[in-house]
Amino acid sequence: MARVEAEVGKRPEGVWGGLVKWIDDRFPMTETLKYHVTEYYAAKSFNWWYVFGVLAFVVLAIQLVTGIFLTMNYKPAAAEAFASVEYIMRDVEWGWLIRYLHSTGASFFFIVVYLHMFRAMLYGSYKKPRELIWLIGMLIFFVLMAEGFAGYLLPWGQMSYWGAQVIISLFGAIPVVGDFLVETIRGDYSISDITLNRFFALHVIVLPLTLIGLVFVHIVALHEVGSNNPDGIEIKKNKDASGKPVDGVAFHPYHTTKDLVAIIVFLMIFTAVVFFAPDMGGYFLEHANFEPANLTATPEHIAPVWYYTPYYAILRAVPDKLWGFILFGASVLLPVFLPWLDRARVKSIRYRGWIYKSALTVFVVSFLSLGWLGMQPAEGVYVMAARIFSVLYFAFFLLMPYYTSIDKTKPVPDRVVYHG
Amino acid sequence: MTEDDVDRIDRNRRHFLTVATVVTGAAGAGLASIPFLASLRPSARAQALGAPVEVPLGSIQPGEMVRVLWRGRLVFVLRRDEGMLARLPETVAELRDPDSAVVDQQPDYAVNETRSVKPEWLVVEGSCTHLGCAPLEDFEPRPVEGWGGGFFCPCHGSKFDLAGRVYKGVPAPTNMRVPPHRFVRDDLILIGQDTGAA
Amino acid sequence: MDKVKVIARLFAVFALLAMSQGFAAGGAALDHADIDPGNKASLQRGARNFMNYCSGCHSAKYVRFNTIGKYLELSEEQLIENLMFNAEKTFETINTAMPADSAERWFGTAPPDMSLMARSKGADYVYSFLRGFYLDPDSPTGVDNKVLAGTSMPHVLWELQGYQKALSSSHTEDGVTSHSIDGFELVIDGSMDGEDFDDFVRDTVNFLVYIAEPIRSERRKLGVWVLMFLIFFWILSVMLKKQIWKDVK
Repeated sequence: MARVEAEVGKRPEGVWGGLVKWIDDRFPMTETLKYHVTEYYAAKSFNWWYVFGVLAFVVLAIQLVTGIFLTMNYKPAAAEAFASVEYIMRDVEWGWLIRYLHSTGASFFFIVVYLHMFRAMLYGSYKKPRELIWLIGMLIFFVLMAEGFAGYLLPWGQMSYWGAQVIISLFGAIPVVGDFLVETIRGDYSISDITLNRFFALHVIVLPLTLIGLVFVHIVALHEVGSNNPDGIEIKKNKDASGKPVDGVAFHPYHTTKDLVAIIVFLMIFTAVVFFAPDMGGYFLEHANFEPANLTATPEHIAPVWYYTPYYAILRAVPDKLWGFILFGASVLLPVFLPWLDRARVKSIRYRGWIYKSALTVFVVSFLSLGWLGMQPAEGVYVMAARIFSVLYFAFFLLMPYYTSIDKTKPVPDRVVYHG
Repeated sequence: MTEDDVDRIDRNRRHFLTVATVVTGAAGAGLASIPFLASLRPSARAQALGAPVEVPLGSIQPGEMVRVLWRGRLVFVLRRDEGMLARLPETVAELRDPDSAVVDQQPDYAVNETRSVKPEWLVVEGSCTHLGCAPLEDFEPRPVEGWGGGFFCPCHGSKFDLAGRVYKGVPAPTNMRVPPHRFVRDDLILIGQDTGAA
Repeated sequence: MDKVKVIARLFAVFALLAMSQGFAAGGAALDHADIDPGNKASLQRGARNFMNYCSGCHSAKYVRFNTIGKYLELSEEQLIENLMFNAEKTFETINTAMPADSAERWFGTAPPDMSLMARSKGADYVYSFLRGFYLDPDSPTGVDNKVLAGTSMPHVLWELQGYQKALSSSHTEDGVTSHSIDGFELVIDGSMDGEDFDDFVRDTVNFLVYIAEPIRSERRKLGVWVLMFLIFFWILSVMLKKQIWKDVK
């Protein structure tokens, strides 16, 4: 171990070293690299649940780069938007690839982010002292949902238009200010070219900048307290003679090389979709969206994109416009409070009792079921099912203070569980 | 094997694998950047819109000039009359590049006295070689001034003769550009292409 | 639960959901088009069919002739002589001569553009639609369609298929009687028998699927190379990771 450290921490010499020193005298380059990369210690026991953070970063990079190249050819005007997408797909060299990377990236962003959030639920990564990381993360999630929503209007297909119509008019449910809000969001009396143009500004500038800023702050907050691990142990409590956590390994080269494996596996799955199934059966690129927006004809079956459907199912489960909206909002917001709802003394699911494990299982089943139900027409047995799962979804959070305090936990070890 | 041997093998293997991984990654990144950079090239639509332009010549009178757009650029098609052709050699001494030595400014079939495929027809881009303004017609000779006719650029005063050749002492450095073009028939030229079928 | 299982399960879910296509919006079962995208001859016939029978009313305004020509391995002469009726240059797109406003007046709705029809409705839908016209004396065009009831499109291919009548049955549930079409019976012969007509439609649908996404076959080929590179890269990265982590106890 010492040998590896020596090689990694070696001072560069010669011309290169001179340049490094010149920069370091004027900018905290080496200091920052050390603090955040080469001397940032994280547990050696990370399992594969821990890769989704860096994967989210990779997807963000993909979306930013492909997005930039798309804006070079896309036209944000109602009369030209749909045609400009086909222009990109057919006339621009490699335009089809840039488009598919972006559309696939949007769906994978949510897959990765949901799994990233789930990791936090498994290992209690939202618990003290990491509550702020969780709050910033939830903010990132909200901005991401807005980003996806704004982006989806841009192709100006049937689903783009009508999906936006449904979701924006939701805000009309708010008493007193509802209609004013809806008109202000739209910038017009109905969704129009004006709405499209401003959603373009939101999607390309406002929200990406916000996202980048929040991700930066998210990582700074994480590095301040240090990463959690699958055992939920604070590794900083057990340091060796030189002040390094005994259960930790330096981010570089240990976690960087491990993350590289995960990134490549991710890219294999990602590119398999891009090159062989970019439509994903109509879930990543919806069939109805290959028709240009027709303001006089609503598609038979409107549903939001798959990554919003769990919340959409909850919205529809409530037979009242205002309450549906309130509970829909509540379902998105509730996870914010997890650090305070969760009363368990242990962080990781490995040391929790059967009550929490069952509750989390029910939550996962409910979330996935709601997601599926949100894609179905709201009729027959689906209605009752959506209601039941909505109740279970809320119960997971609202009853948590109770069942986490009575849950019988197991003793947490002093050292992380690592099998080498 | 001693422990040192094992360490050495490990370090070598580590070094080899690191280099191999980095090189492969760099190669991958390089290959991945190709589609993005290529997408900046003119698209199929740009190529379609930039396709060669046909100009029918039948209704153009001697001494008359028409303006057409090719690839968004102005092109002059001038039918020189007898007088214009006769005056062409008179002002050669005052030209900066009378023999069209600057290769970039015309295809080889326009390297001649009239800078054209057929003497009667001048095909030249309507763009002053100084900073790109569109020169004006100034075909009337003014013998007192020694002006045989040609083009005058209003922006900074550059002057060109009736073969688009630049005069000395003006800001423009080179002759007006002759675009690739060919005669499909005697009464039809195609600007933007000089080989093969349309 | 390890990552491999999670991914495998996610894929299984997606695959199952993806397979739940194949039914028209109204629930009418669709016939399977069974096209072969790799069959260039079929695509050539489909292009011919489209230009001759469809492009009179339907444009395919995002599709360029030269794109088709290149993919279908047609010479420029073949392209111009056989497929280009209104267009002059091969870089032009497939437009229809019928003015949109007139079309709307005559048919009630402008005939939709066909560039993406196969992608929005699916090959099976178009295949079933083109073979689903049946005689209906109450309709202004004399026909209706099993797949899209009330369509204002006339039975353009009547000379080839002939005319069929619908064999319907009624079905009462909860006091509501509904009719469904179980099949067809040819009452006037066309120039093609059933099988030949099906092939004709199949070729046309094949062409429509192609123009909906011309890059399809190239993207799949490229995908193989990308994955091969990534597999190689993955192996290297695993070896590197194991080597670096060797001294972690």
